[in-house]
Amino acid sequence: MEDQRKRLLKLEERITYLVHIKEGSEWGNLAALAEKLAHFKHSFYDFAEEELSEEIRKVEDAVAFLEERFEEHLTAMERVRIVRCPQRFTLRDILENVYEDFTELGGEEDVNVDPSMVVAKANIMRRVKNKVITQQVMVIGHEKGHGEEFRNGGSSKPWGNEKALRYMAVAETEGIPIHFYNFTPGAFPIEDYPGAAQQIARNLYALTKLRVPIISVISEGGSGGAEALGLSDFRLMFSHGYYSVISPEGGAAIEGKIREGEKLPKELVAACAENLRITAEDNLSQGTIDRIIQEPILGARRDDFGFFRQLRYEVIRATDEVVLKTKSLRAFRAYEVKRRMAAAEAAEEPHIDISWDLHRDEIKRLLSLRSRKYRDMATNSFGGKASPAMALWHRLEKAVSHVYYSFRYDLLKGQQKQMQKMFQDVSGEGSVFLQRLSRPITEAYDFISRKPEAKAGKATAVRVGANPEERLERGDTYMSPLANEDRTVTCPNAEKFGCRDLWVPDLYGEFCGVCQTCGHHFPLEYEWYLKHLFDPDSIREFNSEIRSVNPLQYKGFDSRLKADRAKTGRNSAMITFDARVMGVDLVVAMLYSDFRNGTVGSAEGEKFVRACDRARLRRRPLLCYVHTTGGIRIHEGTLGVIQMPKCTLAVREYLDSGGLYMVVYDNNSYAGPVASFLGCSPYQFAIRSCRIGFAGQRVIRETTGQDIPPDYHSAKSALRRGHIQGIWDRREFRQNLYKALMTMGGRNLYYR
Amino acid sequence: MNQDIDFDAILSKYRSDPFDYVHIHTRHTGRVRFKVTEGAQVKGAGGEWHHLPGSLLFVLYRERNPKPIYSSTFGEVSALRRELEGNFVEANEKVMTIKHPLTKREIIESILRKVLSNFNAPERAKYFFAMDIQARIDKFGPRAVTIQPGDEVFTMSLMKRDIPVYYSGEPGIIHSIYFKPGISVGHGEPLIGVCPPGRLPFIQKIISRVKAEWE
Repeated sequence: MEDQRKRLLKLEERITYLVHIKEGSEWGNLAALAEKLAHFKHSFYDFAEEELSEEIRKVEDAVAFLEERFEEHLTAMERVRIVRCPQRFTLRDILENVYEDFTELGGEEDVNVDPSMVVAKANIMRRVKNKVITQQVMVIGHEKGHGEEFRNGGSSKPWGNEKALRYMAVAETEGIPIHFYNFTPGAFPIEDYPGAAQQIARNLYALTKLRVPIISVISEGGSGGAEALGLSDFRLMFSHGYYSVISPEGGAAIEGKIREGEKLPKELVAACAENLRITAEDNLSQGTIDRIIQEPILGARRDDFGFFRQLRYEVIRATDEVVLKTKSLRAFRAYEVKRRMAAAEAAEEPHIDISWDLHRDEIKRLLSLRSRKYRDMATNSFGGKASPAMALWHRLEKAVSHVYYSFRYDLLKGQQKQMQKMFQDVSGEGSVFLQRLSRPITEAYDFISRKPEAKAGKATAVRVGANPEERLERGDTYMSPLANEDRTVTCPNAEKFGCRDLWVPDLYGEFCGVCQTCGHHFPLEYEWYLKHLFDPDSIREFNSEIRSVNPLQYKGFDSRLKADRAKTGRNSAMITFDARVMGVDLVVAMLYSDFRNGTVGSAEGEKFVRACDRARLRRRPLLCYVHTTGGIRIHEGTLGVIQMPKCTLAVREYLDSGGLYMVVYDNNSYAGPVASFLGCSPYQFAIRSCRIGFAGQRVIRETTGQDIPPDYHSAKSALRRGHIQGIWDRREFRQNLYKALMTMGGRNLYYR
Repeated sequence: MNQDIDFDAILSKYRSDPFDYVHIHTRHTGRVRFKVTEGAQVKGAGGEWHHLPGSLLFVLYRERNPKPIYSSTFGEVSALRRELEGNFVEANEKVMTIKHPLTKREIIESILRKVLSNFNAPERAKYFFAMDIQARIDKFGPRAVTIQPGDEVFTMSLMKRDIPVYYSGEPGIIHSIYFKPGISVGHGEPLIGVCPPGRLPFIQKIISRVKAEWE
């Protein structure tokens, strides 16, 4: 009878699971089945064993039938519920069942820097020719810890991501592969040091060139939080997982313009989940993941040991593939891995001896492959690609530029620098030598012809950042259309500082949108900056033909894009151009608010990457001026999210080649871009009265359950937290930018 | 000692009229549009940081700039000058009064402010009681500690330097302590409220009466 009892309990579990995913017991007559089970349990000893076994078998068949039907028509939202179900496996189960043994690093259980982030040094076992080989890996991932409140549902705090980064560096030192497991609904959106956005940006920046093979596996990939552990050489995803730019609930709140505290309509959330294309199949077709790990029907649970065996095989194979691609001698082994991959029944790792240690050249190849992998992502999700003839022309142009700039800066400038250095050394030596020789004579001369007054020391101060710019004449200034209104406005700080009302033509004209009493900056359109920041007629836009499209065919998004194109006369939310500031040539990428609130999608990401390339090729400083960014464009789903690692990689390569990258925030800068290619800049500044952060007030309130002070996202708070290096007045933007270019870039502005 | 303060008069004043009258004036010229009616209940600024504005009282229009004026305190709208509705008003014109019911705590604080002599912080710094004063407070409680002008009562801790602060003011016992050791106190904020010993029973009596009588 004990077996029957176990079968009953298992059945009960399966029905509870179905009820959880279906959010109710109406579907498939689950209520009747549950009732039947309850009856069996209640009258357990009234049945004869055979009779009970037969009854249970009938229910088992019914449940199995329901499960199969359910699996066939699984919706995106139901997959989300599978992922969130307490019966689903967690990282802890993986560590126990996939790896041989492991030691948790940086704390255990609730005694931890951040219990939602688990780091473990683990051993993974494989068989080669009847020999057991154990290989070490660093396992880093989110722990949902079902039922463990302290795990915070896998939503890691900034210091949890910092811990992950610390142990990534350890893995790099030890030369062992990293296995990432994403089980996060998103990062915990707080700005406390080291700051959610800043830390994700740091993680991404480090991961771009981490010199070990990295494999990531996604179960629940919640946007930026997942990206902190997402940039990898091979991206696997569980068949029943989801990987999304935003939670379906968050997306529904934005799309449906639902007010805070109001209930979200279920249909809207489900529609949003479908539109966002968050399933494994969707992500594979978009190219944001490399392979799907098949789970049992309705997703794996904590006791699916066959699945864990399959997972072990998959991660070993993925690591092998990554490592083999870097090896010169790999043909047979690569063939074997590929062959086994094709054979569906092969549910164990290839019996091949592949060392996961990489030599210097192999590491170089690994990083180059990683770079190429991300560069090629989302390249089909923007419009305005050049025709084959034009593409050929561009390639030719690029090659010629490459030769020209290499000759100019690498060869000539290098030689020139060498010569200058030599002359400097010779003249320094010579002047000391001559001084020694001539000193007795000059001293004697001075003694004879001593003047009554001591000679004043010669001023030798170098005027760094001297301002050759004359003041702008009033006729030159750009007049904002906002100024064409005869009315006054009140400064938001009037209560605090007693600011006087401002007459709009004055405010948006002569005052440059700045309150004359307290210095509050009213928002101004991006055209003002184009006119006032750069030298007259120095702006040369490039890649303007690249345009935002609707790659996911998100319902209703085409018309919105069309309206924005008509309003702005531009094709995307980013403008990239060559410009000059007080004689200093630079490449500029500008995100502006009028087009989809400055959100970053595939087109914007591609334009940014190309701007980085151009700045690198031409040896020019790169300025990213963020007029406004609302984050990653949710309508592009994970194709948008992927811009975070893609752009960060471009920045890293630009900086490593010796570039100077500066970011200036204005108005509102939030979410993904700040947590990646903007936040990773070593020099970040802000224009006064702007707001910078990871998530807005509402998201923080809803996620953390805590209210935040009104100045939480202010530039001053960002400065206090060390996010930015300074706050600039809009009226002095040009001078400050020039000064920053001179001090940060100095004499070696173009190349270190 | 208690002759100079008429407690009965103070108490009866609060008993007969336990309200504070907050007069609302226009900040500048403009046309007034009221958003409340006479007798309406309004609330003051809310939220942990007082960042949520109170009830909207009226909007003052000038140069096509509508300026909303919110209530800073809770209470009832009284003396609303309805005749000004839609009319142009001069700056500093009284438009309404908010009748704010005083809480028990506000009444006690108001009385104490009148009868105690406060010693204010000379600078923005962290303050601690001098060693012997602290020892006496720990042993007997603050109301058993008498201080005289010239006594070293505090240690002002500023930038890792400890400077003694000498009491100047009316001699008496320490009735109220308004600061916490180790937490910065702004310049001019009260540190302690001192009461002459003879006045103490009367003060205690009045406080207990307020506590008993007011809901």
